[in-house]
Amino acid sequence: MNKLKLEMKNIAIEFPGVKALDGVDFGLTSGTIHALVGANGAGKSTLMKVLAGANTHYTGQIYLDGAPVEIRSPKDAKNLGIEIVYQEVDTALIPYLSVAENVMFNTLVNRMGKKQIVNWNEMRKSAKEVLKKLNVDVNVNTLASELTLAQKQMILIARCVVEKCKFLILDEPTAPLSNSETQELFRVVRELAKEDVGIVFISHRLNELYEICELITIMRDGKLVDSMPLTRELEANTIVEYMLGHKFEEVYEKHPCKIGAPLLEIEGLTEKEGKVKNINMYVCEGEIVGVAGLVGAGKTELCKTLFANYQYSGSMKMKGKELKNRNPHQAVKNGFALVPEERRKEGILVTDPVYANISVAAMKKYTNGLAVVNKKQEKEDARRMIKELGIKTPSENQTVALLSGGNQQKVVVGKWLNSEAEVYIYDEPTKGIDVGAKRDMYELIERLAAAGKGAIYATCEFTEILSICNRVYVMYDGEIVKELNVADTNEKELLYYSTGGK
Amino acid sequence: MNQTQVKKNNFKLSDFVTKWGTIVTIFVLLIVFTFGNWSDTTGGSMFLTTGNMITILRSISITAIIAIGLTFALSVDGMDLSIGACANFADTLIMTMFVWYNLSIGVSILITVLACLTIAVVNSILIVKLKIPDMVAALSVMFMFQGVALTYSNGGAITERMMRPDGSQAPGLVSNTFRALGSEPWLIVIMLCVVAFAHFFLSYTKHGRYMYAVGGNPEAAKLSGISVAKYKILAYFLSTIFASLGGICLAARVGTAQVSAGDAYLMPSVAAAYIGFSVLGAGKANALGTLIGAILVGLLENGLIMMAVPYYAMNIVKGAVLAIALAMTYASKKK
Repeated sequence: MNKLKLEMKNIAIEFPGVKALDGVDFGLTSGTIHALVGANGAGKSTLMKVLAGANTHYTGQIYLDGAPVEIRSPKDAKNLGIEIVYQEVDTALIPYLSVAENVMFNTLVNRMGKKQIVNWNEMRKSAKEVLKKLNVDVNVNTLASELTLAQKQMILIARCVVEKCKFLILDEPTAPLSNSETQELFRVVRELAKEDVGIVFISHRLNELYEICELITIMRDGKLVDSMPLTRELEANTIVEYMLGHKFEEVYEKHPCKIGAPLLEIEGLTEKEGKVKNINMYVCEGEIVGVAGLVGAGKTELCKTLFANYQYSGSMKMKGKELKNRNPHQAVKNGFALVPEERRKEGILVTDPVYANISVAAMKKYTNGLAVVNKKQEKEDARRMIKELGIKTPSENQTVALLSGGNQQKVVVGKWLNSEAEVYIYDEPTKGIDVGAKRDMYELIERLAAAGKGAIYATCEFTEILSICNRVYVMYDGEIVKELNVADTNEKELLYYSTGGK
Repeated sequence: MNQTQVKKNNFKLSDFVTKWGTIVTIFVLLIVFTFGNWSDTTGGSMFLTTGNMITILRSISITAIIAIGLTFALSVDGMDLSIGACANFADTLIMTMFVWYNLSIGVSILITVLACLTIAVVNSILIVKLKIPDMVAALSVMFMFQGVALTYSNGGAITERMMRPDGSQAPGLVSNTFRALGSEPWLIVIMLCVVAFAHFFLSYTKHGRYMYAVGGNPEAAKLSGISVAKYKILAYFLSTIFASLGGICLAARVGTAQVSAGDAYLMPSVAAAYIGFSVLGAGKANALGTLIGAILVGLLENGLIMMAVPYYAMNIVKGAVLAIALAMTYASKKK
């Protein structure tokens, strides 16, 4: 059979302020399964979005079978036979519609032409055929909303198969799947490869790539590191090394600190729906404890479970005293503070002024018996906090929405400083803030630790863990798989355990 | 460069309109109605008389009290369409307390408000516990309690010396003290107290602050340690309390409970509260804005009646006013 070859040459793309892709070459042949790996932010998804027509402002050239082609819209990509299944399956499915409609969605939208009436029988029949071919056992009349995650993924793959795609991109398809579901997915993928479809398989789980992929391409910092055949001889360790390379980032010098008595002890913490399982950890006074893990490892879920935003079982002890948080309200009362990942959505009251944001978790301080707020005191404290944290704002009356990301983050921390919390949980606190503000954040976190507070620092940026934490727990698949002393570990080891190494 | 300057000016104009539009409209309406109702025989305006001004204030009062209830619901980004039905239920209830059971004023008001709180309980269960969208949940509650009020009153009006189904005459009378509550100056005093309380509660207490936080960003409010559910429930309870108070005032003013009398206040109240969003650039539901909204709606209603616009055409105007208020609120929100 004639092999189709898709080639990308010297692809570059720039987002405001960042060079997301820098002269990347990538080749994909039909009938092969090609792994694409890299640390977070390496540019894997960006590159694949170029192929799928979602990133349209790329420079460079794409060739299909040697002939230059332009992909400037998702439609261009589809016309060339390129399909993508994004990780967030729910964004691509329509929950109100049946499996049949979802599978045949492209036909329904793009191939109806002048026809106004849907031929249900034909649609069900075609959908059934495709699903049968993929060996997926789902009734086509079921609503998409009733499917499991794995089934939803199959529906999306089936949708691509209906389009008779030549190239299929799967963006971290196995992240939410169980072992048996993963095996099922592999079977389908192999089946497709046999039918001469070229498949790109993005995954953080190195071990499973050996099972299914023939080729591997490694990316780092928007650049191509290397492309090579994936065999057992190529060790996971070597791949990790390629993924890391040497990052040129400003090194932060951790100040020496004094670690006191255990402050928070967690035993057997399990989230009700199993988002995090059997977590055992402790935090001492003055200690900064890292939680390392890749995107989707369950770090955010752990942070929110600790803060009782999710129902959980297991025991928590604060200063040796057993406690139970039923909801975030109680968690705050018990001395917990959360600096959440989604700052604008979860951390700040965007439309409120700075002073109202700083006081919101500590209103008790500013109210008398009749619950009347002492605004003067409130604003005075806000001014002090602004000065102390170096928040850049014209005044305490400024709407928080108008501050920069880093300053918004300082407001979030200020909120908790004001509430006199004991344990600070930081979830990706430096996400989307500039280098200077990052440094300020580090200093602030250290200063709080020096004052005897405990800190839990969750991030997928391993360099941050290494520069600021004392101890680190590595998470994989919702569980803590390793506890390490920061002084005796390195990025390589962290990445090794984060990708499921044992 | 010229272009940027023009843009800046436009921006300021739209800002001015959303901030001061309502108040300017009120003055424009005052002038239009004053001269639109000029009478040559008396040589003055029939609109701008003390008597008519008091009439307007009275009709505004009930709308404002009910709209304040809605303001609480809106402050947590909720919606309570059951306020009209609640006012109606209270209207019917309090009249029966006097007419059927011959109870004293204090006891009657207490029983009425407590009975109306069942509406708040149902709303809270549907909206906060079962997480039904507030609009449809309160809509179903509205229908439910319209029915409850009608069933309770046997589908008729409640008046003094009315005939009971068993043929006897109702024993009680509506006291003059109660009627006084529904006429000037007391009705207006009650309205001002209600507005002052709501303003104080929303702007100066921590509970008000929390309610706005819940309305502005429930996720952030929750993760700051605020009990989101508790404050939503509180908002619906306050909404019901003030709607029932409005119903009681309506009964005091009219002296009888006509069938579905309270339902008519739903639309003007919703309009008043939404007009209040943009008054002076508040950008959120607030008590003073609601009062100004009620003034605008009341003024419009009165002036149009005097200008001989038929009552059946009034809904066109009321609906249009609400639409404009909503357009202004959401246009300023988008920015």
